[in-house]
Amino acid sequence: MSEIDEIDPDDFRHRRFRGDYPIVVEGLENRFGDQVVHEDLSLQVRRREILGVVGGSGTGKSVLMRSIIGLQTPSAGEIEVFGRSITNAEPDQQLGVRNRWGVLFQGGALFSTLTVGENVEVPLRQFYPDIEEDLLHEIARFKVMLSGLPEEAVSKYPSELSGGMKKRAGLARALALDPELLFLDEPTAGLDPIGAANFDRLTLELRDTLGLTVFLITHDLDTLYEICDRVAVLADKKVIAVGTIDELLALDHPWIQEYFNGPRGRAALASKARAKMDKPATGGA
Amino acid sequence: MSAGANFSIEQDSSGGNRLVLSGPYLVSTIGAIDQDLRRVDVALSCIDLSNVTEIDTVGAWAICALQRDHGGEVTGASERAERLMAAVAGLDGNAPIEPERAPVQLRVTEAIGDKVVNSGVATLNLVGFLGLIVLAVGAVIRHPSRFRGKALVRQLELVGVSALGIIGLMSFLIGIVIAQQGAVQLQQFGAEALTVNLVGRITLRELGVLMTAIMVAGRSGSAFAAQLGTMKLTEEVDAMRTIGISPMEALVLPRILSAVLMMPLLGFYSAVVAIIGGAVIGDLTLGIPFFTFLTRIKEVVPLYDLWVGLIKAPVFGLIVALAGCYQGMQVKGNSEEVGLRTTMAVVQAIFAVIVLDAFFAVFFTEIGWG
Repeated sequence: MSEIDEIDPDDFRHRRFRGDYPIVVEGLENRFGDQVVHEDLSLQVRRREILGVVGGSGTGKSVLMRSIIGLQTPSAGEIEVFGRSITNAEPDQQLGVRNRWGVLFQGGALFSTLTVGENVEVPLRQFYPDIEEDLLHEIARFKVMLSGLPEEAVSKYPSELSGGMKKRAGLARALALDPELLFLDEPTAGLDPIGAANFDRLTLELRDTLGLTVFLITHDLDTLYEICDRVAVLADKKVIAVGTIDELLALDHPWIQEYFNGPRGRAALASKARAKMDKPATGGA
Repeated sequence: MSAGANFSIEQDSSGGNRLVLSGPYLVSTIGAIDQDLRRVDVALSCIDLSNVTEIDTVGAWAICALQRDHGGEVTGASERAERLMAAVAGLDGNAPIEPERAPVQLRVTEAIGDKVVNSGVATLNLVGFLGLIVLAVGAVIRHPSRFRGKALVRQLELVGVSALGIIGLMSFLIGIVIAQQGAVQLQQFGAEALTVNLVGRITLRELGVLMTAIMVAGRSGSAFAAQLGTMKLTEEVDAMRTIGISPMEALVLPRILSAVLMMPLLGFYSAVVAIIGGAVIGDLTLGIPFFTFLTRIKEVVPLYDLWVGLIKAPVFGLIVALAGCYQGMQVKGNSEEVGLRTTMAVVQAIFAVIVLDAFFAVFFTEIGWG
């Protein structure tokens, strides 16, 4: 196994990332005209963790995600994904990184003229044109089922799906290339509580089985309590704290206290405590 | 050591076939060997994964498929390989990726039937739409305070004022072309002085208004359809209804009114600029001085030519705006529909304008305005 552990920069495609921090953001600055969104923002995401990103509206959570995935060129700062710079990379160099992450946008962002199955095939066709049609269809089918959709969903168009199914279909497309890194932008927003809990469980399962690193923007306190290993708090144009919820609560920051100790925060905590107590009785249901 | 995935079939001690896989089994490498793996046609006793360096769900899927088709026990799997294979096992199905398509003869008849039914429905819808407009006009007349003055002014600007540049340029060039080409033909009869009649009458009567209507259909009719269509998709139209604002009054009426009001102005402006273009050519190549050309226009063009143009213009404006707003309000479903409806709005508007122009031509000649 020792030969695999050396990272050979030329043979980047067929190896999984083995460093500790798949995402490293240093001194990021984003400004739109006079408006400064991020200033000297730094963040490190650990391999195989689910990192929740929280912050008030307008604190630039989505802008941070867009900067990391290269949709937004920051005004200053350095972003490395899998040890490769995103900020200064030529588009060609970025390609080596782009096929190793999957992104689920808020509304799913499915291509509306393609069926769910064809949506999943798009990234596969783009990056691996040598895969034959039969295999392509098989991959699309099992990815759709892996995302918790029924088999029949592959031939449906996005307009025929409910909100929750669209998110799962978006997730199937995000997982198409077997990414190591998964970006989820408010995945449970707009889902009913049952759907949201199921989606949380799916995220956790996928992380465990596929060994994903998950960057998760959310406002859902239940999600934060249930599945996030660490939580990063965005405020005052930077990441003011990263840690487990207990660690964050130990800090004496008014916004963090209000966020987690508000009525909704307490309810989420109580439901987690209940779930823990019920667990021996109900089993794995 | 190669970067790709590989496999070989070996005989083991008990005579069974041992499939030995080696290299990375990833979505990036599987394409090269998938077809070969599918051609394996012997029963397997064992699938050996101990030389597999990397694996992902696609690799795990391929191995599961091999095991399903040929049997055999998987050995030497890493912990990750086992985990992934457990996750994808049993996820095989055969639902079609694309929706089922009927045979071609059925599809053709179905398409024809659809067209017939749809055109019937579209006619009904259009009549309904006209009815809604009449109702909206009635409501606005009864409650003048509900009329959207600001929206109308904004549309007047978009349809009229901002179109002046492009319509002016187009008309000027058309004037030049008519004068120049007309002069070449008329010279054969020694009648190049009649170029003035040609330019003056054809632009005021026909081309000024017709070309303007086509330009407005392309600029504003398409914009109406795309704007209203997008607003329907984003549920803005529904939001208006729930607040108690009638989309017909707030969105459709100002657009239709602005096109009806602006078309005569734009059409007349277009004719004037075209005549100036003709006069420039007359001055440069025919030896007719610029101002003589303009005074001659007054003598040779009967006043009713101007009326013909000005009567047609608001009708054309109405048609263009109706087509745009109607198609826009019919949008539902997805973003592709916005594009389709916008195209349809422009095509229908231009077609209807040209057909109607032919009727107008016959009509005005018959009543003696020839």
